[in-house]
Amino acid sequence: MSGSSLMDSLFQRSLEDLIKGLRQQLIGEQAFISKALEEICKEIKSTDLSTKATALLKLSHLSNLHFHGMSFAAFHALEVLSSPRFSHKKIAYHAISLSFHDSTPVLLLITNHLRKDLNSTNEFEVSLSLQCLSRIANVDLARDLTPEVFTLLSSNKLYVRKRAVAVVLRVFEKYPDSVRVCFKRLVENLENSDPQILSAVVGVFSELACKDPRSYLPLAPEFYKILVDSRNNWISIKVLKIFSKLAPLEPRLAKRVVEPICDLLRNTGAKSLLFECIRTVVTSLSEYESAVRLAVGKVREFLVDEDPNLKYLGLQALRIVAEKHLWVVSENKEVVIKSLSDADPNIKIESLRLVMAMVSGHNVSEISRVLVNYAMKSDPVFCNEILGSILSTCSRNFYEIVVDFDWYVLLLGEMSRIPHCQMGEEIENQLIDIGLRVKDVRPELVRVARDLLIDPALLGNSFLHSVLSASAWASGEYVEFSRNPLELMEALLQPRTSLLPPSIRAIYIQSAFKVLVFCLHTCFVRGGSIVPSASMDNFPAGVSASASHESFDEISVENSADATVVHGQTHASAPITKASIVNLLNLVELALGPLLGSNDVEVQERARNLLGFVDLTKPEVLNSSVQEKEDSEGKGVETSKIIKLMCDAFSKELGPVSLSAQGKVSLPDGLMLKENLVDLEMICGDIKPPSSYSFSFGSPYEEEKDWLSFSNLHIKEDSEQSNESTSLLAEHRKRHGLYYLPSGKSELISNDYPPAKDPTLQGDINDNTDDLVEITEESLNPKRKPNHGKPRPVVKLDEVDEKPVAMKQPEPRDDSLSSAVRDVLFGSEDIPPTSSRSNLSNNPSSKRKGKEKQHTDPRVESRENVIDRNSSSRRSKDRSHGKERRYRSPKKKNAEERKNTDQKEKEKRHRDHGRHKSRQRAEEPLKVPAQTSVIPDFLL
Amino acid sequence: MGIRFILMVNKQGQTRLAQYYEWLTLEERRALEGEIVRKCLARNEQQCSFVEHRNYKIVYRRYASLFFLVGVDNDENELAILEFIHLLVETMDRHFGNVCELDIMFHLEKAHFMLEEMVMNGSIVETSKANILSPIQLMEKAS
Repeated sequence: MSGSSLMDSLFQRSLEDLIKGLRQQLIGEQAFISKALEEICKEIKSTDLSTKATALLKLSHLSNLHFHGMSFAAFHALEVLSSPRFSHKKIAYHAISLSFHDSTPVLLLITNHLRKDLNSTNEFEVSLSLQCLSRIANVDLARDLTPEVFTLLSSNKLYVRKRAVAVVLRVFEKYPDSVRVCFKRLVENLENSDPQILSAVVGVFSELACKDPRSYLPLAPEFYKILVDSRNNWISIKVLKIFSKLAPLEPRLAKRVVEPICDLLRNTGAKSLLFECIRTVVTSLSEYESAVRLAVGKVREFLVDEDPNLKYLGLQALRIVAEKHLWVVSENKEVVIKSLSDADPNIKIESLRLVMAMVSGHNVSEISRVLVNYAMKSDPVFCNEILGSILSTCSRNFYEIVVDFDWYVLLLGEMSRIPHCQMGEEIENQLIDIGLRVKDVRPELVRVARDLLIDPALLGNSFLHSVLSASAWASGEYVEFSRNPLELMEALLQPRTSLLPPSIRAIYIQSAFKVLVFCLHTCFVRGGSIVPSASMDNFPAGVSASASHESFDEISVENSADATVVHGQTHASAPITKASIVNLLNLVELALGPLLGSNDVEVQERARNLLGFVDLTKPEVLNSSVQEKEDSEGKGVETSKIIKLMCDAFSKELGPVSLSAQGKVSLPDGLMLKENLVDLEMICGDIKPPSSYSFSFGSPYEEEKDWLSFSNLHIKEDSEQSNESTSLLAEHRKRHGLYYLPSGKSELISNDYPPAKDPTLQGDINDNTDDLVEITEESLNPKRKPNHGKPRPVVKLDEVDEKPVAMKQPEPRDDSLSSAVRDVLFGSEDIPPTSSRSNLSNNPSSKRKGKEKQHTDPRVESRENVIDRNSSSRRSKDRSHGKERRYRSPKKKNAEERKNTDQKEKEKRHRDHGRHKSRQRAEEPLKVPAQTSVIPDFLL
Repeated sequence: MGIRFILMVNKQGQTRLAQYYEWLTLEERRALEGEIVRKCLARNEQQCSFVEHRNYKIVYRRYASLFFLVGVDNDENELAILEFIHLLVETMDRHFGNVCELDIMFHLEKAHFMLEEMVMNGSIVETSKANILSPIQLMEKAS
């Protein structure tokens, strides 16, 4: 063994050899890499640490650049880590931070290595392990190493301290309770004058403040000092980020910071800082007119700058302003419109978004005109970007901004004719949607559809097929508005329709069917001459059929010209004559005959339908045309019957179907959609995460508020949704009950509360059938019960009967992080407002702490340390007060606490005048949510 | 998070350095790098250095044959990131003396180390060239 390892180390390829070999590529990259990996696998098992380390280094390299997994080497990395040599350690840490993640199995084994190195006297070792911790820390690591991190936070080596500060973010994130330990020291570091430390600590706070700004309001004075004093742009940018989160929460704070920020805006030479100032002003200080004007002035400088980066950012800033100050965009309209033809697609898209932000009811047509012109000139990608945004903006909220639908339908037609247009499907949807929803637009719609249909060139463009399909459908469905059905028929049956996909062809044929029926109906049933729709409503659509195709346009022009006259003299305009009908029938037979053998069933079937109808009617039509009028009464009756029948069949209007239409269908008797729900809850009670926003069975009181408002809505779909997934579980449980653990507690609880009748619930389902009421009650009530029942004990007994489930969910973790922060900043007991929330998430943690006391003594020490530090301040007093009060009823508690905070404020005013202002600001947010504390009372 | 990842890619689209501040599987990484490289390398010098990708932004800058790509959250300051890239390049320049692709290839772990000095947990912690390089120089002296 030792011989082979010696051989290995003697002839081992170094990393440099590996890279050189890769570059030469004598045997091809893949082959070379797999050979190298083979070697590495052998070498990494070597007992010689240097060999192992080199192998690990090579492996990290391959993993980083060539995507080769290195999970197999996890344990070996730990072995290298235990080496006393720094160079080995470095390699190991490098490998570990590249490859370890939460589910790496050997993660458990690394804790002691890290702890050892964190306590090392070599600052570089400490730094390496901190760096590593910042990458791989999970809950356990964060918890176990919190004391070490805490110690390092006040290390006198700047190099170490800076990194400890940076790592705190990850530790907090993973293990919120560490906040109680470390937060004080973190805040102390805010007052450090060293830019290295300051940069790190401000970075941490800007990340923290992103997630939950409100908790950090009390620190505003410190941040303000940094903002005013800082000469380092990096730090200023970060502080500005913090203020842009804090300012909207506290108007007085906004008032304070607006001046310093404006100063920065005026004086700074650094574009990055300038931009951050602009962004802060436009996002968070937009009520301050003068600041906004100043910022907008700078934005304009960005917009006209040569540098595309600045231009892009300027546009972006404009977009943010546009939400509140639209005038800014209108002021810079020219620049924005000009940027639509910029060389950079990103800038173009940004300016397009801005243009769309300007759109409103009265300028939509003007803007769309400009945009369509741009679309015609630009490249396919951007063209479709433009069309897409026009379509989505105009259709927003059921065509909220479209006033003139005739115009919009024309626009749709025009857009589909733009050569690069690929938005066919969206246009199709909107054409049909508008046709169904807007009655008045139908004549125009049919006209637009006709224009699209008769253009044979469009049939060749596959992107337009869906538009054509909508046009065909519209012109068939609303044929009564057509000026010239015969012409439509020819368009629908033109030879080039063979270019269409079968599904659309089928629509064409169906539409042709409708048109044909309409022609026959007007010709025979209504007695030869036609006044198609004019007789039904006022719309003047004199149909003039004529054999001469060349005069179509003239006629339609003529028609619209003497529209008012037409009504009186319909007989004068050329009617759909029998001869033309015969032509029509022949045309149909000619065009559809070949389709009887079509491969596509849909096409075949529709063609057969239509041809069948033609067969049925044609002899009679011919007959009647031969026999002229004298006989038509006797013979034509049967034909007209058929025609009338078909016409009736098509005349029923189609309406838009709403998304919730399914809900209106009443449940048939005997269909028990929700019958097994009751069993489900028992199972879900212990499985479902309590934080989910659907109905929660586990009764987390933090959701009490949400739930209450939610229960008012009682949307049926929701309950269905949550049940569907769980019903599978239930079935599984039924079948494989053996393998399930006996579900004890939660099951009992839900059984404890028999379903009760609830008046509010009944109100919601009043309009359904009785059956439905029963069913839904059964299924909903058990859910209500635990929610009602369970919170009570907890609100009263505080931390007796609480499962720490919440800790495992990511969302609650965030909550508990911020609540922990609040605890540290405000002192945990003197916050009535969030008591419902923070108490909640405190509980599991405080429980856990109890456990920890047994295990790790240093932690407890350090915790007490913190408290000791506080003891000089007023907060510790309140803390002890709080503990005494803990077991009283929450109602009293709240009242008392409110009193208490008032008192304290008074006290404070006496105590220190110097900090008065800032503290008041800090205290402010407490009052706002104080009203919400009513909720637990209400629940009792 | 701030910075999500830092990539160095050559003109041919080969990754020369990859540093992620959130865990991605190899497949996710491969897909991500492929998409980003395709998106960014197609752009020319006259176009701006910011690209939106999925739900975040990429700020990139080209130095000779190397592209430096930084993936950042949406509220990160783009210009600051550009300055950061420049700082990184200057730092490497100072260490390697006019840094080139080969330097990074052969000293990947050193480049990583420099990055680690500058960025922790996705936020920039050190911006002084001297501070970034002093540990590396010490270590080189020691070994």
